[in-house]
Amino acid sequence: MPIVSSVKRVGHRAVDTIWRIGYSTRFFGLILLHSGPSFRRFHLIIRELFFTGVMSLIIILVAGLFVGVVLGLQGYETLKSYGSESALGTLVALSLVRELGPVLAALLFASRAGSAMTAEIGLMKATEQIAAMEMMAVNPIARVVAPRFWAGVISMPLLAAMFSAMGVFGGYLVGVVFIGVDEGSFWSQMQGSVDFQHDILNGVLKSFVFGVAVTVISLFEGFDAPPTAEGVSGATTRTVVQSSLAILLLDVILTALMFRGL
Amino acid sequence: MERTTLDLWVGAFVVAGFVALAILAFKVGNLSTYNVSESYQLKANFGNIGGLKPTASVRSAGVLIGRVTEIRLDASRYEAEVIMSIDKRYQFPRDTLISIQTSGLLGEQYIGLKPGVDEEMLKQGDEIRQSRSAMVLEDLIGQFIAGKAESAK
Repeated sequence: MPIVSSVKRVGHRAVDTIWRIGYSTRFFGLILLHSGPSFRRFHLIIRELFFTGVMSLIIILVAGLFVGVVLGLQGYETLKSYGSESALGTLVALSLVRELGPVLAALLFASRAGSAMTAEIGLMKATEQIAAMEMMAVNPIARVVAPRFWAGVISMPLLAAMFSAMGVFGGYLVGVVFIGVDEGSFWSQMQGSVDFQHDILNGVLKSFVFGVAVTVISLFEGFDAPPTAEGVSGATTRTVVQSSLAILLLDVILTALMFRGL
Repeated sequence: MERTTLDLWVGAFVVAGFVALAILAFKVGNLSTYNVSESYQLKANFGNIGGLKPTASVRSAGVLIGRVTEIRLDASRYEAEVIMSIDKRYQFPRDTLISIQTSGLLGEQYIGLKPGVDEEMLKQGDEIRQSRSAMVLEDLIGQFIAGKAESAK
């Protein structure tokens, strides 16, 4: 009976999804619970900060520059038809600080650092290193997972801020240096409309939330991966897909909460 | 525990992150334009403030001298009451004219102060009596069309 088996499959997937949601929530709770030891051994977090933060630096800076350049070019093309080229600074800065900085930096972070985290932990599990730690009474969540979590949460807002700053520089490069928008009005209109609390701090808050989401998803997928080659590769794919979707969904929710046209 | 090159890289990364935040706050954002010098409060009533918002700039002869801190409706007169804080270095005569102006045709609105000739100066909490409301484009167009209709008769 193909109908029965397909209904069975749908039901199985639904139950499995709910199961995984519950398991990942418990996993997130366990990370927070076992964070204390990783803060006492801060060199573990430093090590992970190097791998997630410092190693993501180049892609974030280059991508930020390119996005800023494109925003400058496109914004100029559009603003020109309204005769308000001087608002280019406002357009570039607001779109970067509020949206593009946190979101794009988080998407890049998910594919650069998140997938690496999943593959690393998945492989540790496949080669039974996690089980060996448990045998030696070392809690793998406190030793392996929590430092990676905090490194991701710390580095995400910093990377997003660098992305935005680099993007504004890219917009400045194209708008002021190449096209020749007036430099004074570029900066003064930008400063007149970008509010520190409303725009910049909200952007930092967004990237913090994205950092939590991406690292929890990556670490959970790694921890939950079947200990086979296919299992690890599937988990890595799921990390990128799910964290990208989670970032965009959270962005919708956060934007609706933060910017209600007030 | 020894210092490693890893620490150097991570330190540089964290410093670069905070530098980027500071650039965003001071160069891109408005944190540097908030007045840290001492200020005093003045208020004024307007029939219509148009699109004026809190944190809008207060200028005299085009120079930034303060910011709008609060806007509320004076329920007894049904007029907008605007409270602004002005840099202490600048004093204005009692018969100063206050008006809401627009930078450019569609730019943001700000408050302009035009000093009068009175000997006495405005003090903390004083109200500026002479005010001119915002220019509302729709009203102007309405007046223009009404004027046309009058002259056509």
